[in-house]
Amino acid sequence: MTVTDRAVHKRVTVEASMDKAFRVFTEGIDRWWSREHHIGKADLERAVLEPREGGRWYEIGVDGTECEWGRVLHWEPPSRLVLAWQIDGSWTFDPTLVTEVEVRFVAETPSRTRVELEHRDLERFGDAQEPVRAAFDSPGGWQGLLDGFARATAA
Amino acid sequence: MATYQKALTALADPTRRSIFERLAAGPRPVVELARGLPVSRPAVSQHLRVLKGAGLVVDRQAGARRLYQLNPDGLGALRAYLDRFWDQALAAFKAAAEAEEAEAEQAESEQGEGT
Repeated sequence: MTVTDRAVHKRVTVEASMDKAFRVFTEGIDRWWSREHHIGKADLERAVLEPREGGRWYEIGVDGTECEWGRVLHWEPPSRLVLAWQIDGSWTFDPTLVTEVEVRFVAETPSRTRVELEHRDLERFGDAQEPVRAAFDSPGGWQGLLDGFARATAA
Repeated sequence: MATYQKALTALADPTRRSIFERLAAGPRPVVELARGLPVSRPAVSQHLRVLKGAGLVVDRQAGARRLYQLNPDGLGALRAYLDRFWDQALAAFKAAAEAEEAEAEQAESEQGEGT
């Protein structure tokens, strides 16, 4: 059992150029980030990813509050991006916690891009927390993540 | 690895996901979990066994009742959660990127027609 086994691996192919795919993923994050996924108390107004190394990625609530998610660790447009995901097991920002989300963009053709994502270092979350419970407990928190479940139970 | 695969498989079923989410709100006995679900109590018990086998859920005796709760050393559960999270996020990203590409193409072809 290696550490890699604990990482989440995803792959998606998009009918768009590498450049465009990278741009939509980063600067365009607000266009695809689900409104359900926020850690602040207020509803999500906007998701922001600052397009540079050392930049922040964060949410802005409808009440204007900013909640940080982490930092941009590597900024290599249009082929690679590494984000620090610094949301801890109780779904609050923790500057001491760093799990990494690496995203690679590979051109399959000029107009088709394979996007590979790895969310690693999950063992750093530790095992003493109740992450999922906390996630669902916080009102307006990460509900709805499991495919519309929030809707089903709210009914 | 086997555990994570199991967790994902277990959560692929919508009723089990529903039970999983209910447990996220705190420990519950079977009877309470079954309330409002379109399946019988024995079926809920069966789903709980699968969730337990996948390491997502644990149970304990509390007086006369058996309570089910999310596995507190929930790395497996958290990982399963993030796995689904990224599935959904990337699907939305794909849609956004392709929509933008289509818009750009359309603008291009309209421009082409204009000249």
